[in-house]
Amino acid sequence: MKIYLKIWRQKNPSTKGAMVAYTLDGIEADMSFLEMLDVLNEELISKNEEPVEFDHDCREGICGTCSLMINGRPHGPDTMITACQLHMRSFNDGDTIAIEPWRAKAFPVIKDLIVDRSSFDRIQQAGGYISVNTSGRPVDANAIPIEKEAADASFNAATCIGCGACVAACKNASAMLFTSAKVSQFALLPQGRVEATERVMNMVRQMDLEGFGNCTNTGACEVECPKGISLENIARMNREYLSASVKG
Amino acid sequence: MIMGILDSKVPKGPLADKWTKHKNEIDLVNPANKRNIDVIVVGTGLAGGSAAATLSELGYNVKTFCYQDSPRRAHSIAAQGGVNAAKNYQGDGDSVYRLFYDTVKGGDYRSREANVHRLAEVSTNIIDQCVAQGVPFAREYGGLLDNRSFGGVLVSRTFYAKGQTGQQLLLGAYAAMNRQIQRGKIKSYTRHEMLDIVLVDGKARGIIARDLVSGEIERHSGHAVVLATGGYGNLFFLSTYCMGANVMAAWKAHKRGAYFANPCFTQIHPTCIPVSGDHQSKLTLMSESLRNDGRIWVPKNLEDAKAIREGKLKPTEIAEEERDYYLERRYPAFGNLVPRDVASRAAKERCDAGYGVNKTGEAVYLDFDAAIMRYGREKALTSGMKNPDDATVRKLGEEVVEAKYGNLFQMYEKIVDQNPYKTPMMIYPAVHYTMGGLWVDYNLMTTIPGCYAAGEANFSDHGANRLGASALMQGLADGYFVLPYTIGDYLSKDIRTGKIPTESPEFDEAEKHVRERIDKLMSTKGTHSVDYYHKKLGKIMWNKCGMARNAKELQEAMDEIAELRKDFWENVKVPGTPDSKNQELEKAGRVADFLELGELFAKDALDRNESCGGHFREEYQTPEGEALRDDENYQYVAAWEYQGDPSKAILHKEDLVYENIEVKTRSYK
Repeated sequence: MKIYLKIWRQKNPSTKGAMVAYTLDGIEADMSFLEMLDVLNEELISKNEEPVEFDHDCREGICGTCSLMINGRPHGPDTMITACQLHMRSFNDGDTIAIEPWRAKAFPVIKDLIVDRSSFDRIQQAGGYISVNTSGRPVDANAIPIEKEAADASFNAATCIGCGACVAACKNASAMLFTSAKVSQFALLPQGRVEATERVMNMVRQMDLEGFGNCTNTGACEVECPKGISLENIARMNREYLSASVKG
Repeated sequence: MIMGILDSKVPKGPLADKWTKHKNEIDLVNPANKRNIDVIVVGTGLAGGSAAATLSELGYNVKTFCYQDSPRRAHSIAAQGGVNAAKNYQGDGDSVYRLFYDTVKGGDYRSREANVHRLAEVSTNIIDQCVAQGVPFAREYGGLLDNRSFGGVLVSRTFYAKGQTGQQLLLGAYAAMNRQIQRGKIKSYTRHEMLDIVLVDGKARGIIARDLVSGEIERHSGHAVVLATGGYGNLFFLSTYCMGANVMAAWKAHKRGAYFANPCFTQIHPTCIPVSGDHQSKLTLMSESLRNDGRIWVPKNLEDAKAIREGKLKPTEIAEEERDYYLERRYPAFGNLVPRDVASRAAKERCDAGYGVNKTGEAVYLDFDAAIMRYGREKALTSGMKNPDDATVRKLGEEVVEAKYGNLFQMYEKIVDQNPYKTPMMIYPAVHYTMGGLWVDYNLMTTIPGCYAAGEANFSDHGANRLGASALMQGLADGYFVLPYTIGDYLSKDIRTGKIPTESPEFDEAEKHVRERIDKLMSTKGTHSVDYYHKKLGKIMWNKCGMARNAKELQEAMDEIAELRKDFWENVKVPGTPDSKNQELEKAGRVADFLELGELFAKDALDRNESCGGHFREEYQTPEGEALRDDENYQYVAAWEYQGDPSKAILHKEDLVYENIEVKTRSYK
């Protein structure tokens, strides 16, 4: 099939970017979306033009590296997948596809479609862990039975891949879904309760410092999350935060 | 060819006491002195992340480097099935010895006994540790940890978190790292790639790294360098590795004196989604855990296979008695749960004989129908249903299967556009893991003093074939429980050394070398893209160094790769500039290394005149087509020393001695 692309090109963080049009022929339905971009880049290289830079790595939807806004939707038109899992069969011959980077103050553009998501790392560094030494001798793993439901709910929150689609989808560029997923994973486990108060306060403080917006409960993040992280996590984080604030 | 004998530094004494005794005898560094010692860790997957976290907790100053934009994205994250540990929670006869035995046997008697035993010993700590860290493993309704079974074993010792075990374990290590980053004990360099290792007075004392955003070349010094940079399967272009996976750090260390061991030992995983066309950039694994419940088959009749390939027949239309469940037929004891090398070869054998089932003829079925009905009946009984109809049973069974493997089924459907609950999955082997890697002694030190290799980057524990759910085990064992002890022994001699300066002739030379190489790649301005060469290399590797190898083709592969490498340096085209983000330049550097390693790989395979594990030489097989080992002549580790040209590498042998296990012909029948 033949497709028409409009892609955000930006040389570096300090220069202005713009949408640039490209036409691609001979695209097959079985190709993944990123393989389509590979084809484009090979064409650009053969014409001595600079290829389009985009972040990608595992190409199986788990590393969270790919970060493309496709026709105005994070990771494109399909649901519950990342851009690397999207296939060209989701498009039709003659379609125009607009590709942009995530747009958020806390995710500055590095080049073309690549953004800097180190703000996410700093939120995790503020408290996304349980303070046990890895070289220590903890109790036997089965010494703490955990209700299956709690363990499953904790797992579901823990499947966040940190891609940033929630921020990109949010009109306020809020990182509440991302932050609350980590807060929830630990809040739901007995091992994580010990530091629950400090954790939620520190992670939320860092989230605000990074310049992410506030949550107004529109739920766009949940719709676009490739891993189906639930809004319930945000509600849980709000409860945790409130009770931590009262304590603090 | 000159040969030397390598000293593995395995401690003396009974096998089960070696590690404890060693830990008691090695030197320690006191906490105040640890603050004056810097350690560089390259790679932040399970091995590197866990090593960095533990070393910094102990008090060392750690710098970590990863090419990804966050340590959390290392490809350990994609491991699906689980992590082995000899907990014997199921009471099914598991023990440290049995895990040790299974691993040595699974590796076809080409791994180092003492290392494997240590791995089995510390495996139980891993689970305790991860649960304490909040890793949400799967649990039973009673609240205790759940287990499942993997290939090549007869017990259930695999701990898992749905199909995302690697993700959860890596996020655990990443969290432990984050705690230390916040305390200032780890300085994390993301979007950085190590381009060379720096030796001062023969010891590893630092690295040259490139900031992948600014293009700046940086010098970093340390008292020791840990390489935890994963495997080199991307040599084959198509693999289940992530796109960025590369051999650069290990290869640079090799060129500076670290021996590269058993490069030809590569795991080709039996259950991957088949190749669909020329545009393909990567292959996706379907976890081995699926073989717990899926049955593998091809049609019994060639005409049926042909009709399926032509789209005239559907798999569900083939009657039970017209199907060949070839693994159950050939290996009744282990059935669908034979080790990976055995399962992969059996699939290739059927497809080569004309029974393949997709349009390329390179696919077999993995069928869940029997499991769905079995689980459905069980569920109906436990729900108190009497005489449920088939449709109800099927629906209940599909729910059970979804709870177990939901994410894998979804992944499959997105890629293939077929519903695996309704029609069998199609699978075919793909390159997945490399057992070979940098040679290390018992302390995980390479032949460069102060340069360590951990996780997939080293060679030590899996012999010629790795068992499922053992990669995660090894990565975490090396990083959390082995390296932090053994590195102390080395660093105890460095407490008076003081900071290693980066202004020295050795750093000057290494940086100059790196800059010249980048200039050469950028200035060639040839006619072909980097991918053009990578794909060509991948084809040579897959066709001549893949699941079945022979002397003639291996020699051809060596010649063809050498020629391709020459062409690459004359005709590669790298656009853009070196002083900015430049993904083509990143790829070019990685492929240049693969073009050297590929030749050594073929040389190693050619040199090993036997079949063992993932290394199958067509000349050496039993009449039934099983691998034929030659213990008399090849029971050793082949560790290669760099000599400028891969074809001129010098072989050093480490003889493998088995004192606690009887070396037998591996049988899964």
